Amino acid sequence: MNADQEMRRSVEELRLTFKTGKTRTVGWRKAQLRAILRLIHENENTLFHLLQSELGKHPVESYRDEIGVVKKSVDHALNCIDQWMSPKKGRLPLVYFPASRQVLPEPLGVVLIIASWNFPIALTLDPLIGAISAGNTVVLKPSELSPNCASFLANILPSYLDPKAVKVIEGGREVSNQLLQYKWDKIFFTGSTKVGKIVMAAAANNLTPVTLELGGKCPAIFDFLPNSDLKVAAKRVASGKWGPCAGQAGIGIDYMLVEQKFASTVIEQLKKTIKRFYGDDAKNFKNLSKIINKGHFDRLRSFLEDSAVANCIVYGGSFDDTSLIIEPTILLDPPLDAEIMNEEIFGPLLPIITMDNIEESIEFINSKPKPLAIYAFTKNENFKKRILAETSSGSVTFNDTVIQFLCDELPFGGVGQSGIGRYHGKYSFDTFSHEKAVLERSFYFELEPWHPPWNNFKLQFLRLVYNYDYVGMLLLLLGLKRPSNS
Amino acid sequence: MEALSPLREGPDPNEAAMDVAGDLSKSMIKFYRRYPSITHRQHRSFSLQIHASLCRLMLTITMASEEQVKNSTAPAMFDTEAANCLMKELRSTFLAGKTKSYEWRSSQLKSLLKMLEDSDKQICDALFSDLSKPEMEAYIHEIAMIKSSCKLALKKLKDWMKPEKAKTNLGTFPSSAEIVPEPLGVVLIISAWNYPLLLSVDPVIGAIAAGNAVVLKPSELAPAMSSLLAKLLGKYLDNSAIKVVEGAVPETSALLEQKWDKIFYTGNGRVARVVMAAAAKNLTPVVLELGGKSPVLVDSNIDLTVTARRIVSGKWGCNNGQACVAPDYIITTKQYAPVLIDSLKHHLVKFFGEDPMNSPDMSKVGHSRHFARLKKLLDDDKISGKIIHGGQTDKSNLKIAPTIVLDAPEDSLIMSEEIFGPLLPIVTVEKIEDGVEFINSRPKPLAAYLFTNTKQLKEEFVSNISAGGVVINDVTLHLMVDTLPFGGVGESGTGAYHGKFSFDAFSHKKAVLYRGFFGDAPARYPPYTPGKLRLLKALLDGSLFGIIRALFGFS
Repeated sequence: MNADQEMRRSVEELRLTFKTGKTRTVGWRKAQLRAILRLIHENENTLFHLLQSELGKHPVESYRDEIGVVKKSVDHALNCIDQWMSPKKGRLPLVYFPASRQVLPEPLGVVLIIASWNFPIALTLDPLIGAISAGNTVVLKPSELSPNCASFLANILPSYLDPKAVKVIEGGREVSNQLLQYKWDKIFFTGSTKVGKIVMAAAANNLTPVTLELGGKCPAIFDFLPNSDLKVAAKRVASGKWGPCAGQAGIGIDYMLVEQKFASTVIEQLKKTIKRFYGDDAKNFKNLSKIINKGHFDRLRSFLEDSAVANCIVYGGSFDDTSLIIEPTILLDPPLDAEIMNEEIFGPLLPIITMDNIEESIEFINSKPKPLAIYAFTKNENFKKRILAETSSGSVTFNDTVIQFLCDELPFGGVGQSGIGRYHGKYSFDTFSHEKAVLERSFYFELEPWHPPWNNFKLQFLRLVYNYDYVGMLLLLLGLKRPSNS
Repeated sequence: MEALSPLREGPDPNEAAMDVAGDLSKSMIKFYRRYPSITHRQHRSFSLQIHASLCRLMLTITMASEEQVKNSTAPAMFDTEAANCLMKELRSTFLAGKTKSYEWRSSQLKSLLKMLEDSDKQICDALFSDLSKPEMEAYIHEIAMIKSSCKLALKKLKDWMKPEKAKTNLGTFPSSAEIVPEPLGVVLIISAWNYPLLLSVDPVIGAIAAGNAVVLKPSELAPAMSSLLAKLLGKYLDNSAIKVVEGAVPETSALLEQKWDKIFYTGNGRVARVVMAAAAKNLTPVVLELGGKSPVLVDSNIDLTVTARRIVSGKWGCNNGQACVAPDYIITTKQYAPVLIDSLKHHLVKFFGEDPMNSPDMSKVGHSRHFARLKKLLDDDKISGKIIHGGQTDKSNLKIAPTIVLDAPEDSLIMSEEIFGPLLPIVTVEKIEDGVEFINSRPKPLAAYLFTNTKQLKEEFVSNISAGGVVINDVTLHLMVDTLPFGGVGESGTGAYHGKFSFDAFSHKKAVLYRGFFGDAPARYPPYTPGKLRLLKALLDGSLFGIIRALFGFS
């Protein structure tokens, strides 16, 4: 139980730091944010190397999905933090006169961030930016499945960030379980639905609010498109399926919905795109991340063990046990009751489901749990409206994939099975803040009817107050209006 | 649901039977001791007789207790199966899209308003029967509050429902973005007994405004209001989308087993943990509106009369202290305490007369279990001799006099749990600033109040004390301001509502990004090259010059 004691001491230290009030100052917050910027700038090559060795990510991909994302988030936070921190003031109805109100954001306290392995830098540092901007002290628990990135962060963070306010705790399930026993002021979790439930149940013991960033089966609806648009759309589908960590991303495309008569055209275009992006040498794919570990590799392979599913492969399907790389694979109409159509795939397999009319896809999507994202390639404005109104998901992106993640002004988070809460930009700040209602009054001008002993006059007066009927109030006060019994 | 079971009341029939059996065997032993010469045959017939009558007795008791159980659930009969049916019906209404339209939402809100207008009298009667709530209080704190919140929702609904435009950046250029509020689905609202109308209908307004199907579970501890709500909501609102389920622990447990899209709970921290744990099983988001010990810090440089009036009115004039935002205890300096106490006493008499136990302007204690708990706080040895005003109790009428306790030790019951009643402890400190530290050493309260004329103290209080809401120079008033979020933090709750915040609490904010097919940055796609890296850096930087440089191949 030595490790437990040590962790407890760390959390205790964070609580003391929070109590000193130092993390509340804007100076401290900005200094920490700048330090994150310096960290990723000075260690860019190390990060490229780590991500390449651990996940097989090409540096360009690493920059697009991780380092660049962090940099952009810090820049945005530094630009906006003064505005975020300032209280929202407003006026009050005259009956409260003289009074003023404000909504004042304040830090929650000591927060826990549990990150995931698929974007081991972005999904760790991006929430951290929010927690620091909001003035909290933080424990970061990077994923044990990307151990090199985890220990890099554990080693390097203390030399850039205030070690009394931000701590990295490494470890696996046992450490996570231990951490979940403590009382936090917020838990921010990125990961699977199954673990999300465990985190929330543990949080319930201390009434800790949670943000759960989960995944789900994100569909891509593919309506009929003219040839020129088809090329662009295929690139975007390929980039949304095999681009982010070889499909190991919560917002990656899980499956595609296409009209039957259009399916072969789409598949041909996808094949061309795949060959251009990743090559077709089964022993040597370029620009493609690997599967994180043997366990996940086998899980993906097991989807294809069902021969009814394996028979549906129309492209790819090769698995390389040594490099843990799976070829971009397309399946046409696998059985809908097969595992691959009922579990989150989280890998480079793309089932394509055909239907007679693309508008049936709304019903199809609604028959499954709410996904984190819905992608729809269509030029039909009416269909767009229907998708927006009739389906529910964390986000909807028309005619592109994954890049909604880059919009600081859009909330990022799920609904239903795909998660609770949201972050990015101002939403990250809000996620780690409590919005305190502040009302200030002075001692002048007391509304007599507010207090007992009660009588009919007071009741009549208050009826007018709640209607904001100032003329009536005046008449009543001057004795020109008779209090009624109603 | 084990944590809820202690709420169950009444003797256990099995235990009673065991007691009878125990008594009988004791008498048998006595009998044998007295007549040691009893024959084997006599003994046998005797014990057979006893055995037979015991069996008969047990059977009768078991049957009686089964009858009792049947009777107690008979009027509700709301079990898991019933909850399943209910959920199925509401889910199909929601999926049909009926509740999403502006027309449906506004028509429901209008009927709700009509319901309140038509039923003033019935509502006041129910509140009087449950809580002896004076009509005036019923009007100010419940009916009028809901009417104004309903009117606000009707007035603003179109605005609230409008998608909000969001800016996009160079990384996604060219594109446009918006945030679309959408209903969550089928939601459960569990409300409390102290403001049984307000705390039930106010969240329902938010849920309807946001376009959800709703189940309301009013508190069984305010039975008159519970059945009135079932009747009225059934009569005025769309029953295929809005339902009231009455009941206590078994019904609540059956409801909590269902998969909801939001659970909105008002009540205490103990049950809130059960609710949140049940919600975790289905990843249901929760709003928890709880309470806590809301402190009032009173400085000495104030307008004493106004301060005392506001405190007395906020403590005893709001359901007799049984409000989640009611002042729980006062902190003031040692020197100032006697002055403040005199003024509080003076205003108590002015407001409620010399005999407050019989004042028509004061609510009673909600129910007998709650009365017993308050009595225990008063009888605590640690505060004996410290009650400086009031202290009288009347069990038969569930009345407790306004009571002031001076310098209750920190570990006394009255200073360790939420009081939620007419008892007001006063804590004294050397310097007024010590009060801030005192408050910060305890769990975060739902509200924190300060009376002062010192600017510096105000600033320190507002920035250093974490609470759901802060009011300077008044108490409880923030609850009425619909432009302020109402909700707790830490132990006092999760989430907020009132006004637009209610709409948000029952909505999901969907992020929507629109893209065209032109203007595609090739840097996003493999095959990856160093040039693409430079371009990406420039794009994410938002630096136009960098982009041009990268495009022309300068590094």
